[in-house]
Amino acid sequence: MKTLLWVIVPYVCLVTFVLGHWWRYRFDKFGWTTRSSQLYESRLLRLGSPLFHFGILGVVAGHIIGLVIPESWTDALGISETAYHWVALVGGIASGVLTVVGMAILIYRRRTTGPVFSATTPMDKVMYAVLGTVIVLGMWNTIASSLFGLGGVDGDAYNYREGVSLWFRSIFELRPDVDAMAGAPLGFQLHALGACALFALWPFTRLVHVFSAPVGYLTRPYIVYRTRDASPAGSRPPRRGWEKVDV
Amino acid sequence: MKVMAQMAMVMNLDKCIGCHTCSVTCKQAWTNRAGTEYVWFNNVETRPGQGYPRRYEDQEEWQGGWTLNRRGRLALKAGGRFRKLLTIFSNPKMPGISDYYEPWTYDYATLTDAPAQEHTPVARPKSLISGNDMAIKWSANWDDNLGGSEATFAHDPILQKASLNNAATKVKRSFEETFMFYLPRICEHCLNPSCAASCPSGAIYKRSEDGIVLVDQDRCRGWRMCVSGCPYKKVYFNHRTGKAEKCTFCFPRIEVGIPTVCSETCVGRLRYIGLVLYDADRVLEAASTPDDHDLYEAQRSVFLDPNDPDVVREAERAGIPHDWVIAAQRSPIHALINTFKVALPLHPEYRTMPMVWYIPPLSPVVDAVAETGEDAEDQRNLFAAIDALRIPVEYLAELFTAGDVAPVDAVLRKLAAMRSYMRDINLGRDADASIPEGVGMTEEQMYDMYRLLALAKYDERYVIPPAHAEQAHSLEELATECALDYEGGPGMGGAGLFGEGSGPNVPIAVENFQMLANRQTSDTMASPGDKGARVNLLNWDGKGTPQGLFPPPPDAGVSAGSTTSGEGSTTSGEGSTTGGEGSTTSGEGSTGGADPK
Ligand code: SF4
Ligand code: SF4
Repeated sequence: MKTLLWVIVPYVCLVTFVLGHWWRYRFDKFGWTTRSSQLYESRLLRLGSPLFHFGILGVVAGHIIGLVIPESWTDALGISETAYHWVALVGGIASGVLTVVGMAILIYRRRTTGPVFSATTPMDKVMYAVLGTVIVLGMWNTIASSLFGLGGVDGDAYNYREGVSLWFRSIFELRPDVDAMAGAPLGFQLHALGACALFALWPFTRLVHVFSAPVGYLTRPYIVYRTRDASPAGSRPPRRGWEKVDV
Repeated sequence: MKVMAQMAMVMNLDKCIGCHTCSVTCKQAWTNRAGTEYVWFNNVETRPGQGYPRRYEDQEEWQGGWTLNRRGRLALKAGGRFRKLLTIFSNPKMPGISDYYEPWTYDYATLTDAPAQEHTPVARPKSLISGNDMAIKWSANWDDNLGGSEATFAHDPILQKASLNNAATKVKRSFEETFMFYLPRICEHCLNPSCAASCPSGAIYKRSEDGIVLVDQDRCRGWRMCVSGCPYKKVYFNHRTGKAEKCTFCFPRIEVGIPTVCSETCVGRLRYIGLVLYDADRVLEAASTPDDHDLYEAQRSVFLDPNDPDVVREAERAGIPHDWVIAAQRSPIHALINTFKVALPLHPEYRTMPMVWYIPPLSPVVDAVAETGEDAEDQRNLFAAIDALRIPVEYLAELFTAGDVAPVDAVLRKLAAMRSYMRDINLGRDADASIPEGVGMTEEQMYDMYRLLALAKYDERYVIPPAHAEQAHSLEELATECALDYEGGPGMGGAGLFGEGSGPNVPIAVENFQMLANRQTSDTMASPGDKGARVNLLNWDGKGTPQGLFPPPPDAGVSAGSTTSGEGSTTSGEGSTTGGEGSTTSGEGSTGGADPK
């Protein structure tokens, strides 16, 4: 059971994530978009969307710090566990609140604005459900375990950097540390499983737009020129194999 | 010197009768799909008026185009790269659907389905966005023909400009001084396109061969910055596919040497298409000209004389084929802009270096003279009227020369002079050489100009060198195979798994065919899941029997969808990309030779 949950499921999801993106990029470039609904409704979006997106960027940054950077590194820098804990807590709650409030506004908007709701695909709904669950669980973990010490040992908060993070890194080292995760509190386990599901869904939802974050814009020239040859005119793919000789 | 070729257009506004044929045929060919119901790549505005989308010319509000920053350098008016990325989660200046209009159709079925009742049933308007009943409040040309009336004074951004502010109140007072003309607009295919500069993904590009500005649908990610970046508001967001779309200058047609749909079908034959050669190295400098009033001349100075041997040599070195250089020499655009100098750019102050130019209308002046009972063909009367009718002239100047009346005056005088000079000739009187002289032209030039403006035949109005045969196998319009041989036929099943538009690319010809077929055989109004399949009377050519439009025939099995749709595509495919008609490489008659040459 442990192996299934903490080895097989993560790897299956990871492979789906990678192959899914490759497949989507290869065969559905046209469908690769943010699918913005700003044309229908702007007022709520102008509030909710930046809240959510900046919040989630903070959340991602926090996860990178918490999961990828080993505890020994921050120790080496002389950052004490308590200091780290409080920075993480404050930063985490701040971005978490932004994210949740933003998401609430966006979901409310999506549900109540007629055209936006009817432009919502079933895939969007699934995605919203999973994403929402993962975010709420994450919030709960941050608050419940760090603030109230739920799931921790001896009244101390659960130190995910000695559990979840080890497991997370071990996945990528291809030596999955099952026990590190199996010992984590239920909230963290559910959060991790939800995240796996989210990653598996990712390539098939509008979330793909994350990977087209246009950082290249900062360096490219303003006006792009392209020749007709580089881009075969129109949407007709060039024919292979044979060509008429009498052109 | 870096010579580049640009496909450009000139419209002679005197001849526009405001019939909207160009808009309708363009829509039929390109934006007749779910997601683009509100989109008009070509629209015809009545001026004075608000335009489409409403008040798009108010750049203080919309922040489109370029401006000079404090150091005098060219900068995007809505903010540079960092600003764009910071506001990427919600575009602060994006027009909403209500700034365009909410597209609708009518519930025609009730006309035939309704049970017997006391009152005649009515077809109620249904929103194409939500599918619900709606009250029609605005459209793409709601203020059509209201130019110069009370309805437009308050809202026309041009009339609100400082120089015309007094004028606006004056116009209100003297109704006799009102004037009106039509302004057809398409994408300007700018030399310095701010839409492309605003695109974070780099999906909008200018084709280096012919300067046509296109959106790469595979690279567009739906950030919508181009929509707000274009000061002419000629990039539209397809709300079904989540991608930006814009006028393509009908590139599949241009590539095989036939004019754009909007030009081909123009009833007044007021559009000219041709090449200009320009110096790409000098575009930035010209666009950065400090004084708005100098922008018209600055842009003109970027164009190169295709008859200059140096230019020809440089052009050939830059890889421009010889027949393109010849076409540039014969170009009506070059003649109208640089030789006769009667064409002016639309809103040069946006600094995008637009490439669809306009010959300003003399008709408000002629009408005013004619109404007084004076001879409206006499140049002295016309000149006096040009001097007297400051409001129309200033208005035109706000449109075409950033408010500088001198160039507009000069053009109107040339047109007026041509009128009286040619009248003498037509009446068999001696031509008066002093008339052309008075406006700085020779008699020969004046006659040439008259020929080009009044008589020019199809192949003089449209000088379009086809793309080269070496490349022909990849040209869209040369689909010599039947377009429906296309395998798999995606697009048939409506929305893909990830929303409409996902899935592999469909050739335009196939897509158009499927659209028409779907539309004519569906019975839903605007069912959200599958908007590709609705009855839209605009597209119904009277041949098919779309379900839901008529009561089912007794032998329902016979109304076979395939024959219906087949017919539909050939009949209404005129000028669109359907079928093999475009496969002719000769430049003529793709729309069935309705043009008596
Ligand atoms: S007019 Fe056309 S080329 Fe110019 S900025 Fe607008 S969309 Fe781009
Ligand atoms: S050039 Fe073609 S796409 Fe552009 S407005 Fe004209 S008909 Fe429409």
